[in-house]
Amino acid sequence: MSIYLIAEHKEGKLKRVSLEILSECIRQGVEPTCVLAGDGNMDSAAQELGKYGAKKVVVLENAELKNYSNEGLANAFHAYLSKQSPTAIITGASWVGKDMLPRLAAKFQVGLAADCTEFKVSGGISARRPVFAGKCSQSLSFSGNPAIFSVRPNVLALGEPKGSAPQIEKASAEVGQIRAKVTEVLSSGEKKVDLTEADIIISGGRSLKSADNFKILFDCASVMGAAVGASRAAVDAGYAPHDMQVGQTGKTVSPKLYIACGISGAIQHLAGMRTSKVIVAINKDPEAPIFQKADYGIVADLFEVVPLLTEELKKLKAHS
Amino acid sequence: MNIIVLVKQVPDTETKIKISGDKKSIEQGDIKWVINPYDEFAIEQGLKTKETLKAGTVTVVSVGPDRVVEALRTAVAMGADNACHVKIDQEMDTYLVAKALAEVVKKEAGQLVFSGKQAIDDDQAATFGYLAELLNWPSASMVVKCEITNGKAVVQREVEGGTRFTIELPTPAVIAVDKGINTPRYASLPGIMKAKKKEIKTYSLADLGLGSEKPKTTASDFALPPERQAGKKLSGDTTAQVKELVRLLREEAKVI
Repeated sequence: MSIYLIAEHKEGKLKRVSLEILSECIRQGVEPTCVLAGDGNMDSAAQELGKYGAKKVVVLENAELKNYSNEGLANAFHAYLSKQSPTAIITGASWVGKDMLPRLAAKFQVGLAADCTEFKVSGGISARRPVFAGKCSQSLSFSGNPAIFSVRPNVLALGEPKGSAPQIEKASAEVGQIRAKVTEVLSSGEKKVDLTEADIIISGGRSLKSADNFKILFDCASVMGAAVGASRAAVDAGYAPHDMQVGQTGKTVSPKLYIACGISGAIQHLAGMRTSKVIVAINKDPEAPIFQKADYGIVADLFEVVPLLTEELKKLKAHS
Repeated sequence: MNIIVLVKQVPDTETKIKISGDKKSIEQGDIKWVINPYDEFAIEQGLKTKETLKAGTVTVVSVGPDRVVEALRTAVAMGADNACHVKIDQEMDTYLVAKALAEVVKKEAGQLVFSGKQAIDDDQAATFGYLAELLNWPSASMVVKCEITNGKAVVQREVEGGTRFTIELPTPAVIAVDKGINTPRYASLPGIMKAKKKEIKTYSLADLGLGSEKPKTTASDFALPPERQAGKKLSGDTTAQVKELVRLLREEAKVI
């Protein structure tokens, strides 16, 4: 077995999902070779992988990878990996993994499994993944080498950081021809926690009644370091942008804590958040289906509950 | 410009999923089939692009059994000029679907492909990426803004945490669109009449030179997730409930 983990970093800082995949491989008794690509400054990411048990990290460098490119990354990984006869190539199902991996799979002329929540790399390779936004799940087996799959962030547990400095091998990244070029990075101002990577999410439904009223959710979120989500009804009503939508036509999330405020719990919303570890429902309607899925429920007006919750959390923070 | 739009037919989002007896798929019996919601944005973007350029054609393509013809007719009713059906009666995977689509794009002399950013049934979000690589074209996904001028596409894509990229790519290109890029139009009455009579071009995998190709992944062991148990509804006045909630989240659930 020769297993390769394409580790991901953002400006040199390693993504946690890379460590989650590494930890799972090690739990299965497999030591993957980790591969990083970028325009440089990847030493601390490589050391971080070593800390979590990676013995060997390959660093592919090229100044042309300064800006994101699905072509550049797929070309660079393919140029390196096609010389290694890998049995499996794994990466995180971040926006980068999702965008780059199909190109890599096409280059190898193999299938792929995206956004897996379980995988096996010891005694045969297979992956399990949610479909229909989590309304059900499937196992995928692979014919042809390598098996290629991406793994959803926040699902697999991190191992103990008791490893040591890895062997680092540097090589030039063969990026090939890059045609699609990032010409501008637009930021909406404040740094938001990404929904799919958030530990805590507080979401609002149509009962929020306006975009302005989402402020009470943002206030509460900022105390907890949470991300703010929205139901499809709230997005369609124009109270929140689509990148905040949780559900089958939005994002599928699995945070430690999901607080649903004024969300009734339509089947397509539940599909997007049902794998959250703990669900709290706050809703005026005691018959709302969301209460059937919630670990804790408060039957009351969210406009009363959320500000109180924010205050309680502030107190808690002040004491800890 | 010959614009190709990829259309997949999927179960409606309100569908309650049931697993088939052999666990290799889902029960297809009483499913209401609709155009994948993200593909509606792709169809609209194709039509808008043609209108802006004041030239060209929009061809919708779907891979699937006979039922997908209905999705193609809906797209024609919205305004698409042509429709192609890749008729299959075997198991497919993302790889093989993309292979078939690449051959159709070549046969139809496509110069720009729009697709949705993912299909809401298998959630792979990979077809457009495979297709771009198989055609050796540049691509962009999760696109929320798109302008096509002579030989060039300028798009904005969502990244994460509220950040967007502006990406410039030469055409031909594959562009996968996200919700929010436009508001899909409704089919007009003349459109519906036209769609009824529209001849739909049919390809088999053999027609596309893929008669002996097999999928590279096999699905099995479909399962429903464990039902979540309803937990406790708190009681007392609202302030007491909130205090109790915070205590439970901290001491019992240990999540804050």
